Amino acid sequence: MAIKSYIEAVTDALREEMERDESIFILGEDVGVRGGVFRATAGLIEKFGEERVIDSPLSESAIVGVSIGAAMVGMRPVAEMQFADFIFPAYNQIVSEAARIRYRTKSDWTVPMTIRAPYGGGIHGGLYHSQSVEALFHHVPGIKIVMPSTPYDVKGLLKAAIRDNDPVLFFEHKRCYRLIKGEVPDEDYTIEIGKGDVKREGTDVTVITYGLMVHYTLEAAEVLEKEGISTHVIDLRSIKPLDKELIIEGAKKTGKVLIVHEDGKFGGVGGEISAIIAEEALFDLDAPIQRLAGPDVPGMPYSPPQEKFYMLNPTKIADAIRKLAEF
Amino acid sequence: MSKHDYKELGLTEEQVLNMYYFMLLARKLDERFWLLNRAGKIPFVISCQGQEAAQVGATFALDKTIDYIAPYYRDLGCVLVFGQTPTDIMMSAFAKPGDPNSHGRQMPGHFGGRKYRILSGSSPVTTQFPHAVGAALAAKMRGEKSVAYTSTGEGSSNQGDFHEAANFAAVHKLPVIFYVENNGYAISVPLDKQLGNHNTADRAVGYGFPGHSIDGNDVLECYKYTKEAAERARNGEGPTLIEARTYRLVPHSSDDDDRAYRSREEVEAAKQKDPILTFAQYLRDKGVLTPEKEQEMNDSIAKAVNEATDEAEKAPFFDPEDALTHVYEER
Repeated sequence: MAIKSYIEAVTDALREEMERDESIFILGEDVGVRGGVFRATAGLIEKFGEERVIDSPLSESAIVGVSIGAAMVGMRPVAEMQFADFIFPAYNQIVSEAARIRYRTKSDWTVPMTIRAPYGGGIHGGLYHSQSVEALFHHVPGIKIVMPSTPYDVKGLLKAAIRDNDPVLFFEHKRCYRLIKGEVPDEDYTIEIGKGDVKREGTDVTVITYGLMVHYTLEAAEVLEKEGISTHVIDLRSIKPLDKELIIEGAKKTGKVLIVHEDGKFGGVGGEISAIIAEEALFDLDAPIQRLAGPDVPGMPYSPPQEKFYMLNPTKIADAIRKLAEF
Repeated sequence: MSKHDYKELGLTEEQVLNMYYFMLLARKLDERFWLLNRAGKIPFVISCQGQEAAQVGATFALDKTIDYIAPYYRDLGCVLVFGQTPTDIMMSAFAKPGDPNSHGRQMPGHFGGRKYRILSGSSPVTTQFPHAVGAALAAKMRGEKSVAYTSTGEGSSNQGDFHEAANFAAVHKLPVIFYVENNGYAISVPLDKQLGNHNTADRAVGYGFPGHSIDGNDVLECYKYTKEAAERARNGEGPTLIEARTYRLVPHSSDDDDRAYRSREEVEAAKQKDPILTFAQYLRDKGVLTPEKEQEMNDSIAKAVNEATDEAEKAPFFDPEDALTHVYEER
């Protein structure tokens, strides 16, 4: 098994899927000759040609809208939004069209489309290259949302997204691209969308999280282990559908739950997770459910000390776990 | 009256009669919707009245066995040409099983149906433009000869998706026909307040492909220009933009009152140019529409509309809980 970076797992999954199925093509800004601004599609235009790796006009609504049309007539487009921050011109196409076409035709028409978008902060991106946008889609029935944390999960989940017969938003954390490395099998495998994963077993506090925050939480858990606090870490991997079973099981296991996400707290995914636990496992809790999330301000400042202040980190997460353990 | 000779356009007597049939069928179905609505039997109507020539002329120029259409909510004439039946249409008006557009889930006029090669449409306007471009892109990638046709109103032509789709199709020289039915009003807002340039076809120059502003009340003219656009598309020469200038003879919808924003004199003047009346006269003058044929056609359409209405009215609704199905793939 080879050690790969998070972004190499993205490229591997795309290449292997395109080799397997001719109906798969890539569409996005700078995805062709440049191989993507992050190099996620590096080498693909050389292998598959400009017919299947399309440098699109700077036009997000067209990238998604054209992908929808192609998907309806039998193709399997993988659209790239250069940054998740720039997905909003395509919001109407995603929410009013992709998410509803199956429903409004009772599956007569379907949209087997994947939209990849790099998200997240801590990369000196300022307000418009740092956002986590998942909450703005989380409410919408008809789409799936995947947010993996490890190279292994990236490969298996991206393949599953591409093979899925419904539209999938695949959010890749930019900070993870080259920071996170891990073992990735060479062979073909998929991971079921909607299934979380226990990344660390523990008995005192359960942390439910996803994306880059999984790694920060695991770092925090290492530190806390030395203090005698045992942390159970759930990586949701997909936030829509949510793995309710794993969430409830995790809550019941320790009776103390901390939900961690980089995205802002108000109206964030954490609120839904918290509500699920409150509805289904309230009497198994030994402490109020806690949420640790980004501040509710319109964006992540470019100023380095302010960016650092905005971002969560292992220390902030360890403090929150410690507080909950002591409750 | 059409300035075109149908024979010079390569059309037969039978074909022009068929065009007239579909225009009249669309009109008669539409008139029935209003009666049903005012009788409290169907909640909503959105009309094609006045625009039948623009719709039937254009879709007659396509190949319904290989082309895709992504029409807008007034395009009853288009979907009839592409195979939808009066019963299909009435089931949709009543939101009952048998509605091929949305199985009762969307308001009438939100057309669709895979078997008819009609892409599903929604209410946010012009979202179908990029979808048609996507269908055309797929056709090009697979080496198919099919054309994608999409239409919208002149007000809707102001949406960003119009521009994004047109530019994308131009860059890739895709087999698409963009068709604007310019009826002069976006609900209540007239052309003056919608468009800095009243000729939407002029925009084509900016995208780098041909644009034509044509008489949308002349079914033969609509056929001619769409036919040329389809040939261009099939030959790999890329998209065409057509603006069909026409008029909406009735209010925007059953919930609108057009007396608030346009004079009765204006509407009456437009009725003198009603494309159905003028085309009927053209066909009579050519000796194609004989009194016998006209009677026969009127009778058969009346019968079809009546039967479809009865069938739809008597049909049961879907179960309420059916609303929970088909959110995601059901395995």
